[in-house]
Amino acid sequence: MEPPQSKEKNEFFYFALRNNKLVIGLIVVFFFLVFAIIGPFLTEHDLNERAGPRNQPPSAEYWFGTTTFGQDVFTQFVYGLRAAFIVGLVGGGLATIVGMMVGFFAGYHGGMVDELLNMLTNTVITIPKLAVLLVIAAYLTVRGVIHESIVIGLWSWPWAARAVRSQTFSLKSRNFIDMARMTGMSSMKIIWTEIAPNMMSYLFMTFVLQFGGAVLAAATLDFIGLGPTEGISLGLMMQHSFNWSAIQLGIWWWFVPPGAALALLVGAMYLMNVGLDEVFNPKLRER
Amino acid sequence: MFLNLDKVTKVFKTGTFGGQDLHAVEDVDFGLTEGEFVSLIGESGSGKSTIGRMILRLTSVTSGVIEYRGKDISEFRRQSLKDYYRQVQGVFQEPFSAYNPIFKADRVFRNVKDEFFPEMDNGRWQDKVQDSLGAVGLNPDQVLGNYPHQLSGGQLQRFLIARALLLDIDFLVADEIISMLDASTRIDVLNLLADLKEREGLSILFITHDLSLGYYISERAMILYSGRILEKGVTEKIFRNPLHPYTKLLMASVPRIDKKWEEVEAELEEKQSDIDSGCVYRDRCSFQEKCKQCEEARPELREVEENHYVACHAQEED
Ligand SMILES: Nc1ncnc2c1ncn2[C@@H]1O[C@H](COP(=O)(O)OP(=O)(O)O)[C@@H](O)[C@H]1O
Ligand SMILES: [Mg+2]
Repeated sequence: MEPPQSKEKNEFFYFALRNNKLVIGLIVVFFFLVFAIIGPFLTEHDLNERAGPRNQPPSAEYWFGTTTFGQDVFTQFVYGLRAAFIVGLVGGGLATIVGMMVGFFAGYHGGMVDELLNMLTNTVITIPKLAVLLVIAAYLTVRGVIHESIVIGLWSWPWAARAVRSQTFSLKSRNFIDMARMTGMSSMKIIWTEIAPNMMSYLFMTFVLQFGGAVLAAATLDFIGLGPTEGISLGLMMQHSFNWSAIQLGIWWWFVPPGAALALLVGAMYLMNVGLDEVFNPKLRER
Repeated sequence: MFLNLDKVTKVFKTGTFGGQDLHAVEDVDFGLTEGEFVSLIGESGSGKSTIGRMILRLTSVTSGVIEYRGKDISEFRRQSLKDYYRQVQGVFQEPFSAYNPIFKADRVFRNVKDEFFPEMDNGRWQDKVQDSLGAVGLNPDQVLGNYPHQLSGGQLQRFLIARALLLDIDFLVADEIISMLDASTRIDVLNLLADLKEREGLSILFITHDLSLGYYISERAMILYSGRILEKGVTEKIFRNPLHPYTKLLMASVPRIDKKWEEVEAELEEKQSDIDSGCVYRDRCSFQEKCKQCEEARPELREVEENHYVACHAQEED
């Protein structure tokens, strides 16, 4: 008899490859990922060096043109893409991991543990983010992309925690959890080996959403001047171009690439999430 | 007594803000001696599963004490809890949900190996698994390596009994384990239990809503209603001479083993209400005119003949 696991896997890929939303989202993300990985090898310029004349439109020599300071936009763009992926992975990853921990514990233990963790979750949700960021900005005068990612991760977990908690809560009442408890297994092990595997698709979708959310949050921070003080990011490119009136001066090549990449990347993440939902949830599958 | 329940009560907080109390189990006293087969009989919602789950440490006790071999089970932690589960196990009504759907059914064995026999080498473990599958009448080649949905309800329940046997248990809580099986398998699983009791000296708490099943299989029986034991004792005596009006009603409604419980429940359609004081059964009682106390005091279980107890004011008067 054919083991159903492999059958289920085939079924997953069958539906995944036929889901346009998922496929388009994956293609967009993959395209930018390749760009972010190999892009920096295609340019001989440095991030902030004066690479050529000011305000040059795209040409064979300066693929994406130059800025008001004569920096190469293509160089900034590919490093900015790298930063976006770092923020997505680290910020989104951290939010997913912290959210999972809190959600698993609250949902599994219930009672007092749940109430305390709920309080924590609600507190983090209601803390005025901007105030915290201003304080951080005041103290951390030198900030990199990683710092930013960690801050974003530490404030976006509550959403993931709530989602994981409610799923855990419903799985917990199933008899197989009782069977595991009747071996004297530790609650950590039960959560990890019995509950989490049932939520793989869900956890993965949570991560995809958090990834998109983190990239967007970073862009916002950069744009209002709370971003990294070192290096470059798509949001910083946008901020600089706006500060130097790129729109009014018609230097579109300065802000269109980062803006379009942000919109497409975040959009692709949300599209993938919807697509994954349809693939994992047979009731939503398109015919 | 190797298992003893003393005034065990379970109150669930219900309602939106946990403001209401639901007395699922109230002042339940009973004991089990080694190798005994005892039935706990009651209609749906009477608190049977809650009692089983409290014994298995899956639900906490609100008040009262459950002792196993003289030790309060609520005090068991890590190692002592593990030792408890080495001796006491449960099998439940719904066979499918006892298996994690994304893993093979054998995982329940694997968990037992990992938790209780981490040292044992795989060859010896496989022999042990084959033995216990044999003991429950399953062919290892047919059942091992399958996913839960590829096995029948009867196979899954036997599988779980085999899992319990891997542990050399002394006591099994069997909570309506045959009610979801089809008629032909029910009798087989039932006979398997009786057989295990004979061969292995296993004690069994057999939870059922089916009076005739309780009679068929057990030495002693308890009749539960709205969380309270109304009558308990040697099965023969309860069935020959039912004293509580509720037991009488049950007996009258289930005269033969072939009668479906669904039909009986239709006859007993009135809902059990959570009565704060007085006799829990008074709203439905057929003796009602006979005694005034029913509204004021909860009747206690009293021994009316040797090894036959009943909680009814009407039985106290004469
Ligand atoms: N976890 C729980 N929370 C709240 N109420 C519960 C819970 N478990 C059981 N109950 C209630 O306790 C009563 C007894 O339930 P149960 O022990 O499952 O009865 P039975 O097994 O005899 O059908 C029912 O009214 C049920 O709704
Ligand atoms: Mg039940």
